[in-house]
Amino acid sequence: MRQITYCQALNEAMTQEMERDLSVFVYGIGVSDHKKVFGTTDGLLERFGEERCFDTPLSEDTMAGFGLGAAINGMRPIHIHIRVDFLLLAMNQLANMISSCRYMSGEKLKAPLVIRAVIGRGWGQGSQHSKSMLSTFAHIPGLKVVLPTTPTDAKGLLISAIRDDGPVIFIEHRWLYWQEQEVPQEPFTVPIGQANIVRRGRDLTIVATSWMNVEAMKAAEILSREGVEIEIVDPRTISPLDDELIAESVNKTGHCIVADNDWLHCGFSAEVAAVVSEKCFDRLKSPVCRIGFAPTPCPTARHLEDEFYPNAKNIVRAIEKKLGLSETDLSTESFYSHTNRFKGPF
Amino acid sequence: MDRCLKMTTGQVSVKSNAVFELNLELYRKLYLIRRAEEKIQEHYSEDEMKTPMHMSMGAEAISAGVCHALGPESQVLGTYRSHALFLAKTGDTDDFFAEMYGKKTASLKGKGGSMHLCSPDYGFMITSAIVASAIPVAVGCAFANKQADNDKIVAVFFGDGAVDEGVFWESFNLACLMRLPILFVCEDNSLAVHTPKSMRHGYDSITDVLSNFDCLVWQKKTTDVEVIYIETHQLIEQIQAEQMPCFLHLHYYRYLEHVGINQDFDAGYRSRDEFEEWYKVDPIRLQRTKLKGLGYSEQDIRRLEKGIEEQINNSLTMAQNAPFVESSELYKGVLV
Repeated sequence: MRQITYCQALNEAMTQEMERDLSVFVYGIGVSDHKKVFGTTDGLLERFGEERCFDTPLSEDTMAGFGLGAAINGMRPIHIHIRVDFLLLAMNQLANMISSCRYMSGEKLKAPLVIRAVIGRGWGQGSQHSKSMLSTFAHIPGLKVVLPTTPTDAKGLLISAIRDDGPVIFIEHRWLYWQEQEVPQEPFTVPIGQANIVRRGRDLTIVATSWMNVEAMKAAEILSREGVEIEIVDPRTISPLDDELIAESVNKTGHCIVADNDWLHCGFSAEVAAVVSEKCFDRLKSPVCRIGFAPTPCPTARHLEDEFYPNAKNIVRAIEKKLGLSETDLSTESFYSHTNRFKGPF
Repeated sequence: MDRCLKMTTGQVSVKSNAVFELNLELYRKLYLIRRAEEKIQEHYSEDEMKTPMHMSMGAEAISAGVCHALGPESQVLGTYRSHALFLAKTGDTDDFFAEMYGKKTASLKGKGGSMHLCSPDYGFMITSAIVASAIPVAVGCAFANKQADNDKIVAVFFGDGAVDEGVFWESFNLACLMRLPILFVCEDNSLAVHTPKSMRHGYDSITDVLSNFDCLVWQKKTTDVEVIYIETHQLIEQIQAEQMPCFLHLHYYRYLEHVGINQDFDAGYRSRDEFEEWYKVDPIRLQRTKLKGLGYSEQDIRRLEKGIEEQINNSLTMAQNAPFVESSELYKGVLV
């Protein structure tokens, strides 16, 4: 099978859905410029014309409401934000209008709307170009929150999101964009609301979101050489959450680390800890441990940024502590960074 | 006026008949709205309608005139103060009162209430209790209509407070940029809750500012529903012919408090004298007088009013007697 990148997978999903369904259109700041949102909108303008792929004024709040209006009138908009941070300008529309539209209309209205937003981590992106905000969106009833890790999931979940009759927030970590994987050429769907076992293991469960799956995998590979087998669960969608698969894994291993690509306080990691506490209490051999961003705004200087973001090393140390292992020598390991890109495969 | 009536009748000989029918229909709408709200006033203290009432009283001519000009195929979006708009667009008093009482028989089943009325089957799309938040949604509706090439007009209603919000400017700019078939209806009562325009606006005239955009702008201080109807009718033709949005600025006086069913002239922020001036040209009374001038007898008018009273009373009684929706309904309709 041919290999494509995560970025190409997103592009292919949109292209195929726009071909299949005339009501699908793509809009947002810069979607049709020469950079094409990291290439994810490549060819859409040329293929489908400026009525179905268009740039907009810098009016995120209005453009979100605009998408809702088009959606309740029968269209299927895909609104793209090159940073999650910019999407925050549309929180009123998200929390007050889009999320509750179906409910408050007595189910008379449906809002098939996809909002793609990119996590813009490093280098030096700083506090306002690097946010994830997963938990903030997932906190609001009525929004689905999807964050694919692999190219296959990126394509299958984006097609599911476009075909979904409700609003879906689709969050993409740009460090995942360059990885390659074998991805079916034909359109296919990955169901929203189903977690995935990224790696099987018996000793400890890591529940990881988005980029943190890459870090978790690296940690698992390192410890595998020491005879420790880690299971990694990628929820893939955090709203709705497949808590059954998480519970099944933790009930098997008895240990749980949550590696979230977000802040910890009141976050998704706390939600997983609560789920594990409710569903795995008798089988837990240790308290749930959470790994995420430092509780600060994201700084820009390299050494501070490195301190802000957790990586495989932090995960390895957390696992060792949990399992009572001595510290593995990591001096010869090379870890991922903005320059040392992850290119897959999983 | 002649221009639009000729369009609807085609012959000058039936013009007087058409004027008569038009004014009768407009009065029917006005009377229905006014009496429905008076019925709310009558029963609100019973504490069975547990939803904050932002009353339309005083503004009826705007909704009635504009909606009549828009016709049934159009779409409207509004605010938390949308009783008049809902009744002018749908005429559905059964649904209206059922939702006020939060009953199962309402199309929203008690999930919307007075501030979130919605009836897409009638083209009454969305209302919002967050000032200006329905405006961009209306622009999106207009975009979809333009793409579908279906000749539908969208009208979005909002107060003068909404033009203080950034999203109004963003949305207006977008509609002008995309040349969308949309009517922005500013129902200006000079108050944002209790705050006058003089404390909110760094400019004199909103229409002066907006006339610099690629759009049509029209303003009027009138409570004459027929005038509003005729002007809107012509503006809709212009929106379609010139393919650009229109800002329609209409003034009215809010008879009652911001939220609630009572007058509040003792609160100190406005005077009863002001109200008395406006009440001399109350839209319902004005239209009733006009009907008499057109030859409708007092007896005929009373017969018409009686029919509307009966409709409202029936709807009210049905709503009062209807069951509440099952508690399990709480969880339905969140996600698809």
